[in-house]
Amino acid sequence: MTPRDTASDRLRDRIAARFESPALRWGGIGLILVLMAVLPAALGQYATVIMTNALLYVVLALGLNVVVGFAGLLDLGYAAFFAVGAYTIGILTLDFGVNFWLALPVAVLAAAIAGVIIGGPTLRLRSDYLAIVTLGFGEIVRFSARNLAITGKASGLSGIGQPWLFGWHIATPTDFYFVFCALAILAVVVSLRLENSRLGRAWLYVRHDEDVAEAMGINRVAVKLAAYVTGAIFAAIGGAFFAANLGAISPESFSFTQSVLILMAVILGGMGKIPGVILGAFIVILGPELLRNLGELRLMVFAVMLLLIMLFRPSGIWPKRGVRS
Amino acid sequence: MTFDGPDKDAEVVLRLSGVEAGYGRIRALNGIDLEVRRGQIVTLLGANGAGKTTTLKTISGLVRLTAGKVSFEGQDLAQMRASDIARLGVAHVPEGRRILRGLTVRENLELGAFTVRDAALRRSRMQEVFRLFPILDRRQHQDGSLLSGGEQQMLAMGRALMQGPKVLLLDEPSMGLAPKLVLDTMRIIKRLNQEGATILLVEQNARLALRLAHYGYVLEGGTIRMQGPAETLRADTSIVQAYLGD
Repeated sequence: MTPRDTASDRLRDRIAARFESPALRWGGIGLILVLMAVLPAALGQYATVIMTNALLYVVLALGLNVVVGFAGLLDLGYAAFFAVGAYTIGILTLDFGVNFWLALPVAVLAAAIAGVIIGGPTLRLRSDYLAIVTLGFGEIVRFSARNLAITGKASGLSGIGQPWLFGWHIATPTDFYFVFCALAILAVVVSLRLENSRLGRAWLYVRHDEDVAEAMGINRVAVKLAAYVTGAIFAAIGGAFFAANLGAISPESFSFTQSVLILMAVILGGMGKIPGVILGAFIVILGPELLRNLGELRLMVFAVMLLLIMLFRPSGIWPKRGVRS
Repeated sequence: MTFDGPDKDAEVVLRLSGVEAGYGRIRALNGIDLEVRRGQIVTLLGANGAGKTTTLKTISGLVRLTAGKVSFEGQDLAQMRASDIARLGVAHVPEGRRILRGLTVRENLELGAFTVRDAALRRSRMQEVFRLFPILDRRQHQDGSLLSGGEQQMLAMGRALMQGPKVLLLDEPSMGLAPKLVLDTMRIIKRLNQEGATILLVEQNARLALRLAHYGYVLEGGTIRMQGPAETLRADTSIVQAYLGD
């Protein structure tokens, strides 16, 4: 269906080839870091807030990419783990007066346990079951948050404090922007390390053919569970800082649409490919912003754009480079 | 290392007794008893749906058995995960070869040695596979799924050899291959055996399989209908006509 070597493929390969030279690659990374550092001063507060949101989505999309892109599992309720992270921070800091940095590992642990509870039984089944169960899990978490007293019911939690870090009070939008820069960089580094690890190769094999992988000595249930829990941990960390940044969270931040948006970032950019996923996260956040002057039409125009991208580049804007024959 | 032929009294490495298995409510195996001795090629013959593939899958753990026993070197495999069975040294080359698309020949071979943590051992196994199948060496950077059928079969066998198996389960290695490639594949199987491999071979092409094997079992409707040394089965024309087709 799709031509194997389109102009954009060649462009992408050329860009990728540029970065294969170490000097240029480090130069490119340096340039990106400098741009990230000067952005708040250069573009002002509004752009900084939008970029902070985009960086949050980079973290979430890279986390979901471990599940969907690396291990090949379809997760339709990923926002649930994002919610677990955010609500754990909210409840622990507000109701129990726990310091943010102590609550953070608890949030991560809570998401990991939720991941094991949901993933443990479901990952033994074929992947379509996982999609259904995760969809249900996402809704259960949101409904619980909306109905339990401890999560503040429909109005959610507010007044979540802003953390201190070694005498630095993380308070202004610019402060949070830099925190999310650090988180996004961390997420990229961890993703790269995972991709090239032994576990990363096991994911690759299971994604391609789980029976063959199993027959070669790879325990597919354990390997998939590792991906699912890793994704949950990324989301919980994103959720924790999201709660601290906004100071208020409500069930509507963790809807099915949220899960779909994150999934869209992963698929749009090119599943499994880290630069593609980062690009996808920026597109789903910045796209509607850039189209803001279209008024009411903007979401429709954005939807049409997404459809066109999927039509012309079904494996994503920046997919994995195929093996040459 | 060469074998002067199968030692009839060699140790039984793989033994199935009263094995029953199936898919959901459909029973595919109704009590299978068979033995494979070290250094042998044992072939499993029968029509489509007789239970040949299910037998292999039950041994390698891809299908759960519902009754009976599978023992490998004295160890009971019945409740083990397929991945643990593979780690014990049972390598399954599945029907249809199942080469991973989009991965190179080399990457497909590396999958076979996934459980081997010693890098030097992985390298020497790969050299060994390249010695057996020089074509894989020449094509190591190509997409494995773009190889010809015969080459893919070599890759599937090479991938299994990367595991350093004690027993090879081969499921219809000749399926879909041109006649000349079928003969090549059979020669490779013979050679692997001569170099020491113990092989359980499932084949549609009964005549060829019986020329290669030391011992044969004929399956029908999930039970063993007949068994014996390969030359005996081959000589009995009524068997060939009744069960093996022509």
